[in-house]
Amino acid sequence: MSDYEIIDHEHDVVVVGAGGAGLRATLGMVSGGLKTACITKVFPTRSHTVAAQGGIGAALNNMGENDSWQFHMYDTVKGSDWLGDQDAIEYMCKEAIPSVTELENFGVPFSRTEDGEVYQRPFGGHTLDYGKKMARRACAAADRTGHAILHTLYQQCLKYQAEFFIEYIALDLLMDDNGKCVGVLALCMDDGKIHRFRGHQTVLATGGYGRVYFSCTSAHTCTGDGNAMVLRAGLPLQDMEFVQFHPTGVYGAGVLITEGSRGEGGYLTNSEGERFMERYAPTAKDLASRDVVSRSMTIEINEGRGVGPNKDHIFMHLEHIDPATLHMRLPGISETAKIFCGVDVTKEPIPVLPTVHYNMGGIPTNYHGEVVTRRGDDQNSVVSGLMAIGEAACVSVHGANRLGTNSLLDIVVFGRAAAQRALKTVEKGSFHAPLPKHVTDKIIARLNKIRFSKGDTSVGEIRNSMQNAMQKHAAVFRSNNSMTEGVKKVDTISKGIENIGIKDRSMIFNTDLVEALELENLMQQAIVTMKSADQRKESRGAHSHEDFPERDDKNWMKHTIMWLNDKNKTKLDYRDVHLNTLTNEVATVPPAARVY
Amino acid sequence: MAEFALPKHSKIVKGKEYHLETEAANPKKVNVYRWSPDDDENPRIDTYTIDLDQCGPMVLDALIKIKQEIDSSLTFRRSCREGICGSCSMNIDGTNTLACLKSIEDVKGDINIYPLPHMEVVKDLVPDLSKAYEQLTSVKPWLQSKTKPEDGKSRKQSPEQREKIDGLWECVLCFSCSTSCPSYWWNGDKYLGPAVLLQAYRWIADSRDENTEQRLEELEDSFKLYRCHTIMNCTKTCPKGLNPAKAIGEIKKLQLERK
Repeated sequence: MSDYEIIDHEHDVVVVGAGGAGLRATLGMVSGGLKTACITKVFPTRSHTVAAQGGIGAALNNMGENDSWQFHMYDTVKGSDWLGDQDAIEYMCKEAIPSVTELENFGVPFSRTEDGEVYQRPFGGHTLDYGKKMARRACAAADRTGHAILHTLYQQCLKYQAEFFIEYIALDLLMDDNGKCVGVLALCMDDGKIHRFRGHQTVLATGGYGRVYFSCTSAHTCTGDGNAMVLRAGLPLQDMEFVQFHPTGVYGAGVLITEGSRGEGGYLTNSEGERFMERYAPTAKDLASRDVVSRSMTIEINEGRGVGPNKDHIFMHLEHIDPATLHMRLPGISETAKIFCGVDVTKEPIPVLPTVHYNMGGIPTNYHGEVVTRRGDDQNSVVSGLMAIGEAACVSVHGANRLGTNSLLDIVVFGRAAAQRALKTVEKGSFHAPLPKHVTDKIIARLNKIRFSKGDTSVGEIRNSMQNAMQKHAAVFRSNNSMTEGVKKVDTISKGIENIGIKDRSMIFNTDLVEALELENLMQQAIVTMKSADQRKESRGAHSHEDFPERDDKNWMKHTIMWLNDKNKTKLDYRDVHLNTLTNEVATVPPAARVY
Repeated sequence: MAEFALPKHSKIVKGKEYHLETEAANPKKVNVYRWSPDDDENPRIDTYTIDLDQCGPMVLDALIKIKQEIDSSLTFRRSCREGICGSCSMNIDGTNTLACLKSIEDVKGDINIYPLPHMEVVKDLVPDLSKAYEQLTSVKPWLQSKTKPEDGKSRKQSPEQREKIDGLWECVLCFSCSTSCPSYWWNGDKYLGPAVLLQAYRWIADSRDENTEQRLEELEDSFKLYRCHTIMNCTKTCPKGLNPAKAIGEIKKLQLERK
């Protein structure tokens, strides 16, 4: 193992990931005086936050319709199908208002209303007066809101001279013998050296793992590296069965067309030219929650009313909207439709299909961003030294289904919360205890196993089989038979990793090695996702079970938590959903039937 | 007579050829620049023949197919595959662009792929952009304003004021423009280049920023700004359809007005 030069770094806090959550946390920590390292496998503005389009939800009430954070909270709880933790949801919806205002103050180029305020548009599942009519709550920068926010946060980090480690891939958490996280080991892609980062808090902001599926809106880099590191650290992931399918991925290419396009008046039709969402969601119609719209589209296709030669997709129409509005409000997707399906949105509909988009599940945390686990009867036991934020985390504010605009909100609110918490809990410049040698050695042994692998199966082959299995068996509609088969398939495919072989033996920018590491990360999450799905015998949010079509609050209003050992064997347990609110400013939203 | 020697590794040699194993109705040759710092070899052009009937429509799809099925050591950056992250900028068919937005169909004959021109190469199609990023930082690309917004309130900006930064803030920092600019090739150490000047103008044009005078003062430099000779390669090559040349023109106009 002496063939690696190990470079040591000591910081107060180590943030892994430089998307919206990682940058917001880094900004808060650096500006508060904590010595912070932000490690990222891509240059910050390449992170997948950049691809978010439609908006960030906050009841700023700029459109003069008496919006409030209580309505936002109600919508989020209902959107989560009552699997979201209501204390965390209250926190997020309330803190949305100062958090988004701060973003404007940082310089985000939001679109504007005539009186110069931040422009807000309608979005799926966001309503006024507890579901009575659609709200305009999504604060938007045209249809490139994620780009606007990510670049601005990076600029602010530059202003405060944050310390970045760019194109470093995190390998594993440094866990001491007491189960405390004391940092992270990372590989610098530029020169192949190993860097050992010590921090009193390690913040995982590593994003989702959309790439376990064959067709997803997620970037190639969305491989959930933080989630997998948590599993390998002997900690559980939560609610991994809940995978969001976005109703409008471009048919074939899988790239995203924002829900904001329906917010601006777009609608879906089937092969009969019918606006079928009116049948499924009489009030919200095309702006029902994403799980509802994706299911409705799938039913239309399954019943033979899909469009195209194979009747296997749906049309989304924007051609009735004034071209000037499309140019001003939806320039990005107009361009995307032209490039990826040759469609002029002012003249013809876009072919779309529900496409994997977001992971509601992830690393369980409290609303401060601290990672929690279940230890015996203690369901909220904090893991010392470890935090998680953004799509990697499961706070849980999204429960079984996330509302559009709540992911940008999640990253900003909890990135900010994590910084505030670290400023309270970390003593600046305090001493790092020596780390036993075996902690690093174990991680390097795993790296070497992959780096020198000589098997005859390529990363590409295994990744393809895994993605196809997940696409088929953890889909919009699921059944006992299909999921049981899926569990077996993924288990068999995962054994293939033992026989992997990589070709590039070099030290510098070895993407062959990086993709193999990412594949191992993806595979561990695929196993946990498939198994978590297979055990949940009800339908809730994005988990739609054909053999158990109803929600079952009596038996299943609980978070799944699942561990994975080094033999890829899982262990299952549950945590209670927090039905309590954080303060008495708002009452618990009691479970009810979910009608849009 | 003076003798010149080319620097080491300047000459690009012919590399390996990978043929299709089965006959294809729609074959296409992809010629890719390869160089690894790990060995002492010259750069080479490897040729991969792929079957377009089994490949997605974009050049990035072809590269991913090659990496996945033929040669996993082929190295390039990629992420979003929809033209918003700016990772996969490279020189394709003689033009700097994003591989994910460049349709294979638009390339007549073989597809020739090189890294962004005139940047140091880390490996294969991966350029070293660290100096370009430093230049970005040097223009202080963040909102500067002495007037604090009213507590807990957004700053106001009219739609007309906001419109002035359209076409500026959307830049994805792919540096296709800067690396297509002969002035930047020649004086890249001192000339900021179109990508960074576009970002500088983004803040000059933002009604919320109050540091315009200082920003202009810092750009008033024969190299930083005035190495732009209106060649317009930047605007021609921008894969996002932005117009950095116009932004530079606006900065020059404001400099004249100050005098």
